[in-house]
Amino acid sequence: MLAYLGKRLAASLLILLGVSIVTFCLTVMIPADPVAMIAGRNSTPDVREQIRHQLGLDKSLPEQYLTYATRLVQGDLGRSYARKSEVGPLIASRLPPTLLLMLAAICAELLIGVPAGIYAASRRGRVGDKVAMTLSFMSVSTPQFVVGLTLLYVFAYLLSWFPLGGYGSFSHLILPALTLGLAGGGWYSRMMRSSMIEVLRNDYIRTARAKGMSEWRVVLKHGLRNAILPIVAMIGLDVGIFMSGVVVVENVFGWPGVGQLMWQAIQSLDIPIIMGVTIVAACFIVLGNLIADLIAPLIDPRIRLR
Amino acid sequence: MEISGFDLGQEFLMSDTWRRFHRNPLAVAGLVVIAIFVFAAVAAPILAPFDPAEQFFDGLTLEGSPLPPNARFWFGTDTNGRDEFSRLLYGAQTSLLIGIVANGIAVTVGTALGLIAGYVRGWAGAAIMRLTDLMMAFPPLLLAIALAAILKPGLNIVILVIALVNWVQIARVIYTETVGLAEREYIEAARALGAGTGRILWRHLLPHLVPSVIVYATLGIATTVLLESMLSFLGRGVQPPTPAWGMMIFESQSYFLNAPWLVFIPGAAILILALAFNLVGDGLRDALDPTQRGRG
Repeated sequence: MLAYLGKRLAASLLILLGVSIVTFCLTVMIPADPVAMIAGRNSTPDVREQIRHQLGLDKSLPEQYLTYATRLVQGDLGRSYARKSEVGPLIASRLPPTLLLMLAAICAELLIGVPAGIYAASRRGRVGDKVAMTLSFMSVSTPQFVVGLTLLYVFAYLLSWFPLGGYGSFSHLILPALTLGLAGGGWYSRMMRSSMIEVLRNDYIRTARAKGMSEWRVVLKHGLRNAILPIVAMIGLDVGIFMSGVVVVENVFGWPGVGQLMWQAIQSLDIPIIMGVTIVAACFIVLGNLIADLIAPLIDPRIRLR
Repeated sequence: MEISGFDLGQEFLMSDTWRRFHRNPLAVAGLVVIAIFVFAAVAAPILAPFDPAEQFFDGLTLEGSPLPPNARFWFGTDTNGRDEFSRLLYGAQTSLLIGIVANGIAVTVGTALGLIAGYVRGWAGAAIMRLTDLMMAFPPLLLAIALAAILKPGLNIVILVIALVNWVQIARVIYTETVGLAEREYIEAARALGAGTGRILWRHLLPHLVPSVIVYATLGIATTVLLESMLSFLGRGVQPPTPAWGMMIFESQSYFLNAPWLVFIPGAAILILALAFNLVGDGLRDALDPTQRGRG
C-alpha cells in the first residue's frame, strides 16, 4: 500500500510540474506586453527597462520559469490586472461558496443518477429503461447555461419557488446545485445502470431471489451495495469537472464564487486570474484523481493495486 | 485476392451494422435530425427570410424591446432588432462547421497519436501518453478559455482550441485498443512476412479501429458543439457579426425574463443537435459491437 501511495504521489507531482510548464508557456505566449501595460503608453525606455528588470523579463526563459515555479509553490499566483490585488488570496476568498456549491451538486447528481440508474436497470429493455436513458442523454446534451436559465425562468420567475439568484440561504443553493449536478446525474445514471445489470448477473443474486426475497429487496440490499462502488470511486473526479461548470453556473445565478471571478476575468481579459483559476482547477483534478485512486481499493478490495 | 476478401468482409460488416442501426428508432431519429440541421445550414442563404445581420427599425417595440415570435419574424427578433430565425439558420453553419472540422482534426490527431503510442511504444509512445495524462489535468473548458483569451478570438482559433483540447480522449481509447491488437498473432505474422511499421499501422491495425473511430468521431461532435456553445456564451467563441447559438444566448441574457424565447430557441437548437449526435454515436456503438448491446 505504501509503495502504491508513493508511486501515485510521485505521478501526481510530475503532472503538477507539467501543469506549471504549460501555464508558464501560455503566459509567455500572451501577445500583450505586460511592461507596456504597467508602465503606460508615455513611459520612457529607461522606465520600461527598469520594469522589465523588476519583472525578471530580462532573464532567460528557463530562469524565468524557475522564478515562476518557485512563486507557484509558495502559493503566489501573481497580481490581477483589473483588480490590483494578489490573485492567490482573491481565489482563496472565493473558494468557500464554490466548494459549497460543488458539494451540493455532488449530492444532486447522486440523488438523480443512482435512483434513475437502478430504475433503468430494473426495467432493462422496456419502455421505462428507454425513457430514462433518453432523458440521461438529454441531460448530458444540454449546455449548462441553458439548463440554468430554464430552471431560473420556470422555478424562480414563473413559480417563485426559489430566489432569482444570489447567495446566502439554502433556497439559493438548490437551483445552481441542480444545474451543476444534472449532467453528472445523467452520466451516473448510465454508469449505475450498467453496473447494476452486471451485478444482478451474479450467483449470490440468484441465491437471494431463490430464497424468496422480493425483487426490490434483492436490488436494494444485495445489488446496490456492490453496484454503487464504481460510482463512489468516481466522485473524486467530479470536483475537477465542476470547475468548468461553475464558470457558467455561478454567472447565471449570481453565485459569488471562483466561477464568477473567472467569468469577470474572461470579460476583462484579466490573464493572471484566468491562469490562476486554471492552475487551481488543475490541482483539484490531480487531487481528485489521487483520492479516487486511493479510495477505489479501500471500498472495493477486488481492485488490485498497481 | 487478399484485397477482394478484405473488401467483402467490410461489406458484410457494413450491411450488418446498418441493419442493426436501422432497428434503433432513437438513432435513426438522430440521423434524420442531423440531416435536417445540415440542410438548414447549407441552404441558410436560401431558407433565411432576412439577412442575419440586418437590424430592422420595426424589429423592436417602441420601448426598444425585442419582438416575440410573430407572422413576419417567426422566432421573434433579438435585442438588436435582427431576425432570430435567420440568425438561427446561420448559427447552424457555425456550429456544424466547428463541430465537424474541429472534431475531425481532433480525431485524426488523436487516432494517429494513439496508434503510434500503442504500437511503436518506446520513448515516443511514453511521451504521448504522459502528454495525455497532463492534458487530462486541465478542465477542457478552462484550458480552451485560457487559450482563447491569449490568442485573438475568431473562427480558426476556436477550431484550433477545441481540436487541441479534444484529441486526448480519442487518443487514449485508440491507444488501449491498439495495445490489445498489437499482441494478436496476425500482427506478428505480418511482421514476420516483412511488413514495415507504416504498413502494419495503416493496413493491419487501422481497419480494426475504424468502428471505434466512427463512434468517437460522432460522439465527439456532440461534445464539440457543446464546448463551442459554452465558449461563445462566454464571449470567447466566434466573434460578431458571425451568428453563433451560444453568443445569441449571451447577448440576450440580460433581457431573459422579458424575452425568454431568445434563450429557449437557440438553447433548444444546441440541445437537439448535441442530442442527435449523441444518439447516433450510441446507436453506432451498439450496431458496430453487438456484444456491448444495452450495456450503456
